[in-house]
Amino acid sequence: MTKIFKHIQTSVVPLPIENIDTDQIIPARFLKATTREGFGNNLFRDWRFDENDQPKEDFVLNHPTYSGKVLVAGKNFGCGSSREHAAWAISDYGFDAVVSSFFADIFKGNALNNGLLPVQVSDDFLKKIFDAVFADHTTVVDIDLENQVIKISSTGEQESFEINPYKKACLINGYDDIDYILSNRAAVEEFEKAPNP
Amino acid sequence: MAKTLFDKIWDAHVVSSKEGFPDILYIDTHFIHEVTSPQAFDGLRQRGLPVFRPKQTVATADHNVPTWDQHLPIKEELSRYQVDMLTKNCAEFGVELYGLGHPYQGIVHVIGPELGITRPGSTYVCGDSHTSTHGAFGSIAFGIGTSQVEQVLATQCLLQSRPKRMKIEVNGTLQKGVGAKDIILYIISKISAAGGTGYFVEYAGDTIRSLSMEGRMTICNMSIEMGARGGLIAPDQTTIDYVKGREFAPKGEEWDKAVAYWKTLYSDEDAEFDSVLTFKAEDIEPMITYGTNPGMGIGVTQHVPATEDFEPKEQGSYKKALDYMGLHDDEQLLGKPIDYVFIGSCTNSRIEDLRQVAAFVKGKHKADNVVVWVVPGSKQVEQQAIAEGLDKIFESAGFPLREPGCSACLGMNEDKIPAGKYCVSTSNRNFEGRQGPNSRTFLASPLTAAAAAITGRVTDVREMLSELEFQE
Repeated sequence: MTKIFKHIQTSVVPLPIENIDTDQIIPARFLKATTREGFGNNLFRDWRFDENDQPKEDFVLNHPTYSGKVLVAGKNFGCGSSREHAAWAISDYGFDAVVSSFFADIFKGNALNNGLLPVQVSDDFLKKIFDAVFADHTTVVDIDLENQVIKISSTGEQESFEINPYKKACLINGYDDIDYILSNRAAVEEFEKAPNP
Repeated sequence: MAKTLFDKIWDAHVVSSKEGFPDILYIDTHFIHEVTSPQAFDGLRQRGLPVFRPKQTVATADHNVPTWDQHLPIKEELSRYQVDMLTKNCAEFGVELYGLGHPYQGIVHVIGPELGITRPGSTYVCGDSHTSTHGAFGSIAFGIGTSQVEQVLATQCLLQSRPKRMKIEVNGTLQKGVGAKDIILYIISKISAAGGTGYFVEYAGDTIRSLSMEGRMTICNMSIEMGARGGLIAPDQTTIDYVKGREFAPKGEEWDKAVAYWKTLYSDEDAEFDSVLTFKAEDIEPMITYGTNPGMGIGVTQHVPATEDFEPKEQGSYKKALDYMGLHDDEQLLGKPIDYVFIGSCTNSRIEDLRQVAAFVKGKHKADNVVVWVVPGSKQVEQQAIAEGLDKIFESAGFPLREPGCSACLGMNEDKIPAGKYCVSTSNRNFEGRQGPNSRTFLASPLTAAAAAITGRVTDVREMLSELEFQE
């Protein structure tokens, strides 16, 4: 069963960097675990810790000012490797959604399969969130999946976002792709019996 | 109705298509490796499900394996555990494993094609973004996450929405010393690391058509580096000749039937693409990247851009990349001393790549300031290289031929580029820390990498080519 996501109201963590690839989210040397847990400790490992494993003070996750359940990042978030460990790491760290003006395809799919909501907004709206958060770190955003709306609580500015209707139903109800395909098993077996083209 | 090649293959694999739902797409072959499969097998156990079609699943160990003294146990405990886990899972679920020590072991995207498992008109997935490589045969192939690996293991199907279609045409004659890797680095530098997101790309045009299968694989391999789900090239006689006679290729009557079908696999003349881009082969120089994503590439004689060339909101990210690389605005890379050369990875570790490098370095010796790693893509490539005496040429040039694996492409196994060092690499990604924490990567072709190995600097390989010493 997929983790359920419906609605969230939270302060946010800003990361205004573009093209954040999955090697930054979780470097390959930390992909050796054989379970899904614990990857949050190494989220953004090389931006977060120095070569002696000491926290780097200037990185936002080590900054006492910013906290919250939503990560807000620059465009083309999650490009590169297909490692689902990136979605696991973000989720395991405690985020429930990522907001960006553009997501890489595979990351977006992986996030949706793990109850981590990717919210794609316009470049303008992304800038508005960054501006609001940098002006006041307690800025709250409200993400309503049912109505597909994201709102900056303090300014009241809002924007609607797109999501595949099937994946939306999966997130709201905790449905799972495998259950759906298994319910079509007869069709799969029929397909296999048909002559190859 | 006129159809694209992509749509012909997709339509032939749709099990069920329902309004408001992604299609259920049938997967002909599922490749798995040790990094992205353990959690998927665990999921099957929790659900009490078997692997639905174990005979359509092929496994190998590549990401964690050492490329030196491969006969010894893997030193790093977690790497060893992950490889052992794959062996255990494959045995328990009845999946064929070409693991360490097996004559077919190698990088998953090298062994599929060389064993004749990868063929035109089929669908392939793997928990690895460079699965797009297999599209070179005129098939639909793309990378998936681990939840989807579990899905395919459990059902041999994948829920997937149909992507948009893009055609990228390259026409004309390549300059001497310019090859497939330069073409794809050039395309990505023009359309950016996100320029293909949402699309499946068909590469076409007479330049693409003139490439060998190895060259086509290099092109399709890096489709993901422009964000595309995958890339494919219509099969032709080059494709058919490559597949023929390989271990698992169809034989006899089956072969004739298969070839007849493959000949129907092309985009119809009036087929519509959502986007069409055209490039001229003559415009392409030997390419090199200077930044921290594969879109940040230039011709080897050009200068890196200045921060002010970018939109204000992009300048921060650009400056961060240059700082990481230890470069400055307008710098020329040509002549810059480098520390490492890596020739390998699923992009450029096939026999043709090694032959080209060997032909170039024959009778030359590497520069003293450079460490050179040549890593074959598979056990079969390694054996072929040895049979052709390429290992001797490499050794005389000052670098031994290593053993197959992903090696220094991703900083996961023992082969890592040290912090602060520059590596001219034939791999596919120059992300921060990709080749090891704080390593600095210049992506380039095998020839440009070989030239850098000899001179110890970023070099324009065209200046080192003469009729005598290099023949295509």
